[in-house]
Amino acid sequence: MSVMRAGVERRKLLDKLFVVLGLLVLIAALAVLLTLFLDLVRLGAPRFNWDFVTSYASRKPEQAGILAAWVGTTLIMVVTACVAMPVGVAAAIYLEEYAPKNWVTAVIEINVTNLAGVPSIIYGLLALGLFVYKFSLGQSILAAGLTLALLILPIVIVATREALRAVPLPIREAAYALGATRWEVTAHHVLPYSMGGVLTGMIIGLSRAIGETAPIITIGALSFIAFLPESLMDPFTAMPIQMFNWVSRPDPGFRINAAAAGAILLGMTFLMNGIAIWLRYRFRKRINW
Amino acid sequence: MKVASTGPAPLRNSIRRRRARDRVIESLLLLAGLVAVFTTVAIVWILVGEALPFFDHVPLEAFLTDTMWTPLFAEPRYGILPLVAGTLVTTLVALALAIPAGTIIATYLSEFASHRLRELVKPALEMLGAVPTVVYGYFALVMVTPFLQKLIPGLPGFNMLSAGLVIGIMIVPYVASVSEDAMRAVPNYMREGSYAMGATRLQTATRVVVPGALSGIAAAYILGISRAVGETMVVAVAAGLQPNLTWNPTESAATITAFIVQVSLGDLPHDSIGYQSIFAAGLVLLVVTLAFNVAGFVLTRRFREAY
Repeated sequence: MSVMRAGVERRKLLDKLFVVLGLLVLIAALAVLLTLFLDLVRLGAPRFNWDFVTSYASRKPEQAGILAAWVGTTLIMVVTACVAMPVGVAAAIYLEEYAPKNWVTAVIEINVTNLAGVPSIIYGLLALGLFVYKFSLGQSILAAGLTLALLILPIVIVATREALRAVPLPIREAAYALGATRWEVTAHHVLPYSMGGVLTGMIIGLSRAIGETAPIITIGALSFIAFLPESLMDPFTAMPIQMFNWVSRPDPGFRINAAAAGAILLGMTFLMNGIAIWLRYRFRKRINW
Repeated sequence: MKVASTGPAPLRNSIRRRRARDRVIESLLLLAGLVAVFTTVAIVWILVGEALPFFDHVPLEAFLTDTMWTPLFAEPRYGILPLVAGTLVTTLVALALAIPAGTIIATYLSEFASHRLRELVKPALEMLGAVPTVVYGYFALVMVTPFLQKLIPGLPGFNMLSAGLVIGIMIVPYVASVSEDAMRAVPNYMREGSYAMGATRLQTATRVVVPGALSGIAAAYILGISRAVGETMVVAVAAGLQPNLTWNPTESAATITAFIVQVSLGDLPHDSIGYQSIFAAGLVLLVVTLAFNVAGFVLTRRFREAY
């Protein structure tokens, strides 16, 4: 009997050890996140002032700022949102509400899944060949915005589909019973109910796009721009590009700039993700079917 | 439906109009769905189209077997092996960290943690996955490398070890969240059966839940690999840009992705062989990640059908 009890004791001990191990790994992962953010803020602190936000890039690190970068990022995000939102939501509505079970639907679904796994730099090469040269958009804000829109399309589609799927069938059936067409059911009932999920997906997609560096380097973002773009066809720089440029310079002064730009960029993504998580939580709580 | 033809005329017209509008809208929605298909087709078309002229200059055999990648030298050589080796080493380092850590976190969250803790931690992990990759690159170069240099004297400022470890940290949330989903899909009666036989939570986790969710966990690993292979900014910042055929992670070397970034930073003319070479490199990258994605897709499919 004591042999068995010893076995039980040992297994219970192992069980407790795993709890400790699990917590440790979890805390380590989260500690990395915290260290990263705090260090960026600490190292970048000397640059957190109004001049940094309102100056152009410069050869002197103390005088360099992120004006062209954040204006570029904002414009790119507007283009991305304007393209990815309608196309992504429409594609999701088609797949969830309309699509018959046939090979066309299957091909679309496989493509969406597959595109989500394509490395972002491949999108950059696609955009370089297609938008920059074949469509002659040049190395412009428009080309960058379209590239990132394609990149986040799978995220928007998947999130929107989940939101649409969460609307119970009886809501649709009630609308059909009153004579609504399929589009009326979707536009008047299903879409409004799932708006929270749709917005969440969009914000998460944009938070992914805002930090993407590789694809817009590939299409030819510049790192030194001393003017603000006047149209969508102008050359551009963006926050992550500016940070990449600063971090690849040996001068320690630029490292400080990189940290400051990184802290701002990270703050922006955290804010967007925070809003998304909050929205999701709120809508989940408010809706009782 | 017969309703339309028997109702009064204004109603009939309204129904006809709305149905016509519905058909137009349906085709517009289908078009939006087809954008995904167009994108895939365009990716293949552009990469193959731009890489083909490259293979007019460089025989495929030399591309796959030459051990030097020096496209910007006076006497250029185009052997993809050094870039593939760099990609492989950083990926392996990343996996050595991400697979154990991701699996432990997933097991802990799925089998041990309270509901409240899980609700609290999952968004935080999501945040970890949302950090821009260029910030991770900074992290690797400015924080991780100096730390590693204290442990390994003589470690160069650019090295694959630091880049690989940071990529590992980056894909932990990804591996953890997909594995956890797979584990949570294992039905509770299997756990209850195990507990009824006197098993502890750890035994239940390792002998019932993990084997039951194996294909899903494998899919998480494979998707993690595909992420690590395609990761660009961390290696471009921290691993160095010199192609270097080595298996030693403490050396600096370029990956496929880092090479593409390096060439893109310069201003290469559209028709030059340097320009074409990034599409050839991209094609290799696409084929590799595609293979992993397909494997991951097949595995997730299978685990969904299991119960």
